[in-house]
Amino acid sequence: MVQYNFKKITVVPSGKDFIDIILSRTQRQTPTVVHKGYAISRLRKFYMRKVKFTQQNFHEKLTAIIDEFPRLDDIHPFYGDLLHVLYNKDHYKLALGQINTARNIIGKIAKDYVKLLKYGDSLYRCKCLKVAALGRMCTVIKRIGPSLAYLEQIRQHMARLPSIDPNTRTILICGYPNVGKSSFINKITRADVDVQPYAFTTKSLFVGHTDYKYLRYQVIDTPGILDRPFEDRNIIEMCSITALAHLRAAVLFFLDISGSCGYSIAQQAALFHSIKSLFMNKPLLIVCNKIDLQPLEGLSEDDMKLVMEMKAEAIKTVIAQGGEPNDEGALLPMSALTDDGVIAVKNAACERLLNQRVEMKMKSKKINDCLNRFHVAVPKPRDTKERPPCIPQAVLEARAKASAEKEKRKLEKDLENENGGAGVYSANLRKRYILANDEWKKDIMPEILDGHNVYDFVDPDILQRLEELEREEGLRLVAEAEEEDFEMDGKELTPEEQEALAEIRKKKSLLIQEHRMKKSTAESRPIVPRKFDKDRKFTSARMGRQLSSLGLDPTAAIDRARSRSVSRRGRKRERSLAREDGDAMDIDDEQSSKKLRTRSRSRSRSKSRPPGEVTPGEGFKDSAQKLTALKIAKKSVKDRNKAARRGEADRVIPNLKPKHLFSGKRSIGKTSRR
Amino acid sequence: MRLEKCWFCSSTSYPGHGIQFVHNDAKIFRFCRSKCHKNFKMKRNPRKVKWTKSYRRLHGKDMTQNSTFEFERKCNRLERYDRNITENTLKGYLAIKKIDKIRVAREARHHDMRMRGKKAIVRQAAAMELEQSIHLVKAPAALQEDPSFTLRKMKVKISQSQMEDRMEK
Repeated sequence: MVQYNFKKITVVPSGKDFIDIILSRTQRQTPTVVHKGYAISRLRKFYMRKVKFTQQNFHEKLTAIIDEFPRLDDIHPFYGDLLHVLYNKDHYKLALGQINTARNIIGKIAKDYVKLLKYGDSLYRCKCLKVAALGRMCTVIKRIGPSLAYLEQIRQHMARLPSIDPNTRTILICGYPNVGKSSFINKITRADVDVQPYAFTTKSLFVGHTDYKYLRYQVIDTPGILDRPFEDRNIIEMCSITALAHLRAAVLFFLDISGSCGYSIAQQAALFHSIKSLFMNKPLLIVCNKIDLQPLEGLSEDDMKLVMEMKAEAIKTVIAQGGEPNDEGALLPMSALTDDGVIAVKNAACERLLNQRVEMKMKSKKINDCLNRFHVAVPKPRDTKERPPCIPQAVLEARAKASAEKEKRKLEKDLENENGGAGVYSANLRKRYILANDEWKKDIMPEILDGHNVYDFVDPDILQRLEELEREEGLRLVAEAEEEDFEMDGKELTPEEQEALAEIRKKKSLLIQEHRMKKSTAESRPIVPRKFDKDRKFTSARMGRQLSSLGLDPTAAIDRARSRSVSRRGRKRERSLAREDGDAMDIDDEQSSKKLRTRSRSRSRSKSRPPGEVTPGEGFKDSAQKLTALKIAKKSVKDRNKAARRGEADRVIPNLKPKHLFSGKRSIGKTSRR
Repeated sequence: MRLEKCWFCSSTSYPGHGIQFVHNDAKIFRFCRSKCHKNFKMKRNPRKVKWTKSYRRLHGKDMTQNSTFEFERKCNRLERYDRNITENTLKGYLAIKKIDKIRVAREARHHDMRMRGKKAIVRQAAAMELEQSIHLVKAPAALQEDPSFTLRKMKVKISQSQMEDRMEK
């Protein structure tokens, strides 16, 4: 039998998705490029490959679906019936059948078209054939779309069915709705079933697990069953009937004695008798629930009679099992709300089930194989003397005392609760310290002092070592005092010499600074040549000051400098030219050379206008005004020119990023550089 | 609460300062500030970084071995609390201060030993500089007249008229 895992069935895609998946896979995983110039065999092979590939994928996926969905005949009849109850067996089989047919049809399509492709004579024809083949396959899938959707829904539901193992120890709980089955299962297992006051809260089977005598038991909670003819039952009730029918389990029939479920005992007894055929060969227990509302003894006569009848039935099963006819195990009262008798019920049920299973095993043939493995070895008694276990008296006393003490020991938690709870009380962690002297428990020791860790210094003989250290230090100081070192060499500099040294150092640093400034600006700014002297550094007064600071008398130098200055002597004279006034020989040292120059040159050229003359269209009032204007203009540019800065006539780029160079396409050429 | 030593510069890092880095082999590197941490991340060797204690110790700038260092020992074993010992230790807290003072004095002594003979060298260098660079502040002509390495006080000739003006003011 193939093992089915309902939770691991692959997702069934819808029709459209299915087609998309397969076609895109075909496109990705087969070669895509083909030209009509290829050899015909190559073209045919190309398209045949695509058709075959698509067919293979469809085949794979459909096979996977068919294989993974369980065959209802192959699985345990409990599941088979359950699946039949939930999803109609016929519909299910039909859907799977359709998928199978689709698979076969697709196979046939592919075969046919491959045969046709063998005789395709052009690229176009082969391509048309392939398109037709794929199209037909996709149509087939489109047609089975509804089946695929149905199977997907089934798959989702199946994955959420409770995982019930039909062969292991199982306890089944049944009864009318609202009698307390789900509360019971909540109490004995970790299952968290919904408990609500309305009927049919539980709509499907729920499984819980519990332990008894080191074995695991499944406890199955069923939806309530109503007393109806078999044909009228709905799907939910059918679930419980199926479970009852197919699982070999101990059955706990729940009875609500108080009648708070809305059904009287008579109705419940009627139900019991109608389904007692399902209890064949199963250990049966009648459980009377809700005894906190209505004790068992307080029942009326009729009700009591009915209950006794049911109990008789239960005892019958006990006898059938081979157990003694004691009626304690057959009817058990309990209350799920107050936990009264719950454990007893569970134990009884588990015990009964276990006994039954053991009996079955003993009767079967397999037992002979393992019977020889069981052997309880008992030592042979040497003599008839009794030797009971010997426990020393002290141990017995200690045991008694320990149990007594355990009850009266006060916990830290209690202490905390007394003193105000968690946020208010903080426990004294030092209470149980083991110290040489108990008073020390309250001591506070500093951890850090003056940048040192006190713990590092802790030492039993610290004082002693300290004394030694001090002694050492004392000795050292004494030794030091003896060898006084003379650092005096006598070669000290006098204060004047020190002054001179300071001056030297100042001058040196000044030189370095100047050099650094010059060095850094050389590249970024134009350098004014020395002869223009924009800072006015090279004056005779300055020279005089420097010379005197060096210790020399400057007057002679200043005189000489003054006499030889350009302003006094004038520039090179134009000897060949005659002058207007004719007093060139008596030229004054004060006169500027520019005037001489302009005057001398004006003759060498053809007569042009003198500079101060006013022409009518210029806008000046008279010559004097024009001359003043010229003077102002000259003055304004004089500084700039001397400082070698950029002037009006120097090149200037008005627009650093003209639009026509930085945007637009080129009619010819590339625009990779801008 | 413990004061730790910074792994990089060996200064104390106080609680609330610095960062600890735990290596994959469970070695812990503690840093007193982000300067040390960043240097560490740059994989610099503290023995080569001038301002750290390990450099100074390695190159003999600070003293390495001293009996005062023996007093401060990190003990990994827990000792049971004993009031007397602690009392002594704290009594000796003054002792710790004294130890500190002694240690500082010894360090100063170490420094002095190092710097011994420096003064003479400095003096010599100054004299040499004076002799060689005196020309920057004193003209050779002036040096000839007055061969000492000092600056001459200049006698300024104030003309008569200027003196009168000054007196009037």
